[in-house]
Amino acid sequence: MKTVEAARSTPSVWRPPALSMRWWPVFLRNWLVWRKLAIPSLIGNIAEPLIWLVAFGYGMGALVGQVEVNGTKVPYILFLASGSICMSAMNAASFEALYSAFSRMHVQKTWDGIMNAPVGLDDVVLAEMLWAAFKAIFTVTAILAVMLALGISHSPKLVVAWAVLVGSGITFSSIALIFNALAKGYDFFTYYFTLFMTPMMFLSGVFFPLDQLPGFVRTFAAWLPLTNAVALVRPLFMDQWPSDALRHGLVLAVYAVAAFWVALALTRRRFRT
Amino acid sequence: MRPVSIAPLFKVRHLRKRYAETTVVDDLSFEIAPGECLGVIGPNGAGKTTTIRMCLGLTTPDEGDITYFGGGGGALHMPRDALAIKAQLGVVTQFDTLDPDFSCAENLMVYGRYFGFRRADIAPRIPELLEFAALTHKAAAKPGELSGGMKRRLSLARALVNDPKLLLLDEPTTGLDPQARHLMWERLQVLLQRGKSILLTTHFMDEAERLCTRLLVLDHGRKIAEGRPRDLIAEHLEPDVVEVYGNGALELAGAADLAALAARIEVSGETVFFYTQDARRLLDALAQRGGLRTFHRPANLEDLFLKLTGRQIREDG
Repeated sequence: MKTVEAARSTPSVWRPPALSMRWWPVFLRNWLVWRKLAIPSLIGNIAEPLIWLVAFGYGMGALVGQVEVNGTKVPYILFLASGSICMSAMNAASFEALYSAFSRMHVQKTWDGIMNAPVGLDDVVLAEMLWAAFKAIFTVTAILAVMLALGISHSPKLVVAWAVLVGSGITFSSIALIFNALAKGYDFFTYYFTLFMTPMMFLSGVFFPLDQLPGFVRTFAAWLPLTNAVALVRPLFMDQWPSDALRHGLVLAVYAVAAFWVALALTRRRFRT
Repeated sequence: MRPVSIAPLFKVRHLRKRYAETTVVDDLSFEIAPGECLGVIGPNGAGKTTTIRMCLGLTTPDEGDITYFGGGGGALHMPRDALAIKAQLGVVTQFDTLDPDFSCAENLMVYGRYFGFRRADIAPRIPELLEFAALTHKAAAKPGELSGGMKRRLSLARALVNDPKLLLLDEPTTGLDPQARHLMWERLQVLLQRGKSILLTTHFMDEAERLCTRLLVLDHGRKIAEGRPRDLIAEHLEPDVVEVYGNGALELAGAADLAALAARIEVSGETVFFYTQDARRLLDALAQRGGLRTFHRPANLEDLFLKLTGRQIREDG
């Protein structure tokens, strides 16, 4: 039996993050591996979202015609492009922070090797979070370039949209790292995709306006991170400033900070023996 | 217990770790002097790996202190100064954690960066590290293309990237063939000659005897013996062992005339072990019985280990 007076209190997993610049060599390590596979990875990352965009945007767009957003009528392809790019940021960050981070953490034991050097777990988790966000930035940048080439939007505010997508990448990679910390194997991530990400795709106004949904679903959907990302990015695609920008930005930021903290605590618990 | 005469480099005092009902490390104390190789031996589940993990700050002890004195600026304490201590340690874990996507040279470069070194600091050291690991010809190969021994030597080279004073090696030769094991031993001897200190866990008694200045025998988390390998054998064992097998061997264990010639008799499976001060007379007595196969050898570390920790198989590992 553990005697209270004898046992030294182990620090709480919920203690504040101990972060330093030691995350950088870990981030750099992921970059150097990925650089070897960048071209196939690039094609994989942007081909699928673009196929969706072209098939649905032009195919469905012909049926749907125009969609009304905040009293302005826009072509369906613009409506879809501005939503699906948020979804691409989410997917890119989530895949990296789930499957790839799990490989490094659990399968290859890369993290264990790193932690035998003077790099703490907190910095490793930070590096993985930023790396997954970077993958989202990379994907989003490539897709934006193609959208510009296709002439879907020429809004100068796309620069601001890009910054919002960078932030969304951080939010979604932090959320995904929670599930990485809980996973026993790759199969676990199927739950995250089918029970969390797929419903969110349909409840966040990516494919159709949220006005189509019943009131209570809309109230719920308003607090989903993807909804807030879309609410910020879509007007910017239309060369308008989003309404309630502060609130949407704040929701994304709170999700990011809270999710990173939870992910860190659960990862510490996973590594505490 | 033999006191270490020189000021220690690394000191562990009254270390204790429990998991639920089980005490895996129980009041363990030891010191490592500069240039010394301390071997930790013990059956599976004796607490060897947990001890190493506590020394690395990866597992928090329930009680006890771990202090490193090699920092120059006074004593450093685990786990508080974990990063400062690890900056001066080299670690080879039981299972390789090499990066499968990088070549040998890249593995060393990437690992060096975790210590805060720049590319320009590490690059000139890579050829000598590869040469030390006898991997110069494999510089561009990935770990997947290496043999088990090469991987372990790359892990050792990686642990040297920060020129550490103390190396923590957890079963560095497990799973290697004799050639690879001998090459690893030779490299570790070179490191000891260069003045490095080593903490080594192993299941191989010949390895412990060959490399270690001192040995620590652990069982059930407790230190049950400590000392120089030869001293331990002399202290706990008779100088000679006669193993007897064959028809009727087992009945010999109860023979009064043989018992008088042996200090201790052990039976394991179909073999009887006689531990004796006087092997000549014992062998003569055995020869008169006929039909037996005998093997006479000096007592070794394996005998000591089995005497101290028993012959039964440990289920956990």
